[in-house]
Amino acid sequence: MSVLSSLQRRPEPSLQAAFALFALMALLPPVVVSLGDPFLIVVGTRMLVFAIAALSLDLILGYGALVSFGHAAYLGLGAYAVGVMMRWGIDDLILQILAALAVALPFAAVTGAISLRTRGIYFIMITLAFGQMAYFFFVSLSSLGGDDGMALDHRSTLLGAPVMASDAGLYYTTLVVLILTFVGLWTVTRSRFGRVLVGTRESALRMQAIGFRPLPYQLAAYLISAGTCAVAGVFLANQALYVSPAYMSWQRSGELIVMVILGGIGNLAGAIAGALVTIGLEEGLARFSDHWRLGFGLILVLVVLYSPGGVTGLIRRLTGRTGA
Amino acid sequence: MSGPLLAVHDLRKAYGALQVTNGVSFTVQEGQLHAIIGPNGAGKTTLVAQLSGQLRPDAGRVEYAGQDVTRLDMPARVGRGLARSFQITTLLPGMTALDNVALAVQARAGSSFRFFRPAASDRAITAEAMDALSEVGLDDRAYRLAGALSHGERRQLELAVALATRPRLLLLDEPLAGTAGEEAERLIALIGRMKRRLTMVLIEHDMTAVFALADWISVLVYGEIIAGGTPAQVRANPKVRAAYLGEDAA
Amino acid sequence: MTSLFLLQLLNGAQFGILLFLVAAGLTLVFGIMDFINLAHGVLYMVGAYLMAMFAALTGSFWLGLALSLPATLALGLVLEVTVFRKLYDRPHLDQVLATFGLVLMLSEGVKILWGAAPLSVAMPEALSASIPLIGPMRYPVYRVAVIVAGLVVAAGLWWLIARTRAGMLLRAGASNRAMVSALGVDIGRLFLVVFAFGAMLAGFAGALVSPILSVDPGMGDQILILTFVVIVIGGVGSIRGAFVGALLVGIIDTVGRIFGPIWLKAIMDPAAAAQAGRTLAPMLVYLLMAAVLSWRPAGLFGKAVVK
Repeated sequence: MSVLSSLQRRPEPSLQAAFALFALMALLPPVVVSLGDPFLIVVGTRMLVFAIAALSLDLILGYGALVSFGHAAYLGLGAYAVGVMMRWGIDDLILQILAALAVALPFAAVTGAISLRTRGIYFIMITLAFGQMAYFFFVSLSSLGGDDGMALDHRSTLLGAPVMASDAGLYYTTLVVLILTFVGLWTVTRSRFGRVLVGTRESALRMQAIGFRPLPYQLAAYLISAGTCAVAGVFLANQALYVSPAYMSWQRSGELIVMVILGGIGNLAGAIAGALVTIGLEEGLARFSDHWRLGFGLILVLVVLYSPGGVTGLIRRLTGRTGA
Repeated sequence: MSGPLLAVHDLRKAYGALQVTNGVSFTVQEGQLHAIIGPNGAGKTTLVAQLSGQLRPDAGRVEYAGQDVTRLDMPARVGRGLARSFQITTLLPGMTALDNVALAVQARAGSSFRFFRPAASDRAITAEAMDALSEVGLDDRAYRLAGALSHGERRQLELAVALATRPRLLLLDEPLAGTAGEEAERLIALIGRMKRRLTMVLIEHDMTAVFALADWISVLVYGEIIAGGTPAQVRANPKVRAAYLGEDAA
Repeated sequence: MTSLFLLQLLNGAQFGILLFLVAAGLTLVFGIMDFINLAHGVLYMVGAYLMAMFAALTGSFWLGLALSLPATLALGLVLEVTVFRKLYDRPHLDQVLATFGLVLMLSEGVKILWGAAPLSVAMPEALSASIPLIGPMRYPVYRVAVIVAGLVVAAGLWWLIARTRAGMLLRAGASNRAMVSALGVDIGRLFLVVFAFGAMLAGFAGALVSPILSVDPGMGDQILILTFVVIVIGGVGSIRGAFVGALLVGIIDTVGRIFGPIWLKAIMDPAAAAQAGRTLAPMLVYLLMAAVLSWRPAGLFGKAVVK
């Protein structure tokens, strides 16, 4: 990695942190099996799925400062792509991913082109609106189960092989996809394109003054983000064996934003950590009480009030790393 | 090139009832440094914004290299060689000085829709960026974050970024703002060196700089050009003296 | 058909007025304090729950209303002092996150205190009649009363903002916070008042609606989304915009849901019309918002966004 890119104060995707997380996650299944609680592999898979989704959102939220409050729509679109393909008898993962992209990308292109004409709170609201439209669309489709959604009776196959039929198989496949996503996004953020995106975030005026129009770059980032999130949705459908409009609710979009912020914005490893921590908290607290949301909400409030920079900031302070 | 590089015709801009630009016309020949001076509130920044494409005038024309650019936005004008530097620093504070300049180089260097190769390994871009930094005297600060530079260094960096767009005509909006003494002298010397290669329109308050650098001066008061001439002519002009009553007219 | 249309129009106006009451507080808070408050919907919900509780305790609608208002006000004050005050200078994202957390806490808190089953509030005797509309159709007096109450509040707000010194401060604060502070006004006190007042308005709306809608833990979420749509359509910080936006949203949503399928049946077969109606009706307000933002990216009465 060239020293020429600044690595000092501004949070940079920390390769070591990310790969440490991946190593930990790779060890999870054997560990929990030996501890006698294999259900945790399912929890772990959820963590991985949302880590992919959080990464996708971090690209536009962290690197582009575009707060999309309708991002869960892409999770849902990816999931429904699986549902519909399965109905038609197509179980292949690759084909399902392509279908998910074929649905998500045009939706993102249209909604992105409209949303990116606005700024600030208006952008947040219009992305929320589009997310809601997707939600209501699927609620109204009784052929796809409407509000109740659809159950899937088996998982996707990869080139004919039921690689993901077992919980562990699904887990590791998802982990591989997460690693690929991370590497892909990490490369993008360091590319020419990534640099323009970051510049657009810091000062759109400055970028125009050197000859860049922000819109094409923001739109491209939005498309990449949407597609990646749709892929996460494919794995979400597989993990839950269930597809429902609730995947696209604005509360879900809010949760995704929470994950990115908790992990520390603009830091890819942070997005992964944020997802892991959020899902971990949700599941952990749920074991104690039906009213776990109370505790979760309280933790959120406390984190915001007393630990700016989220989890990454917290870790930086604890390990004494300067220049946070 | 036969005509002037920049020709401004009867530019007008109003904010509500306030006429900020009130029929401004002037020309700039290639190779000149044309200074625009005037007391505070004269509308200098609004004028620069209209010349650079940030603001649309209500009426009037801006002609650059013989073409009407009035309807073009900033990126389009930059692409043709009409660039500006900012009075209020708009550098990207989270990036290094080198990266700030490199972005400006990248804007000209072919497609920025490259997703895979790390930007830092673009040797040609990095080299050109380093050249621009050397020219303004910041090469030893290349890897410092722009937000961590001193005020004077940031003014230098502003110039480096503007230079990196390889402009033919550069609009300098108060490049010396907030500097004094040695820092200011360095900037004046730098702009003087730049005169050899590009045409400039200099908006400035600092009269030392203006009289040292300008080939031609226009005086802007309440949105109108009340006088124009060589530095000597302007200095002697009674209308100018009156406008600057109480101000620091060197 | 006309009477059905008139009926839905009135229902839409009533819904719109309710939305206005909730949106007014939110748009002020956003416009003046630049503060995104996702928890505003919960204040509406808490108002309804408090109303249900006090009405049940005292056996009287009116006493319940009279008690729930100061209770909601008190809650607003407590929230402002303990949480929101610390967030005014934070970036919007932090505000989103913190208020999202509050939504979770308060929603769950309501479930713990009152259970997840919907509560009901008895309509007051005096207002439970209905008045004749057109032909055989009658319209509930209570709903008319809600419309009237809302208009009274709207008029009061207008007077407050346009004609009093406090209102002048609010308008000034909306455009230039630093200036108002420099003039010696206690910004902290101003914010506290604005916030608490907005909370009370939202709670009032919740209390008003409790006899006609079911009081359940999800009502805060539903109203929040629509409230945000309203203030975005109207323009952030503008009471006038909130009023116009709320009426637009209320009427279009209500009329669209009922008449959408009916009008569609004129151009497609009944089954398809029913499906299309079911799909498009909830989307109408969002389509409206998208359309407004395409034309005016800062809302109908909002200030132009600085690029």
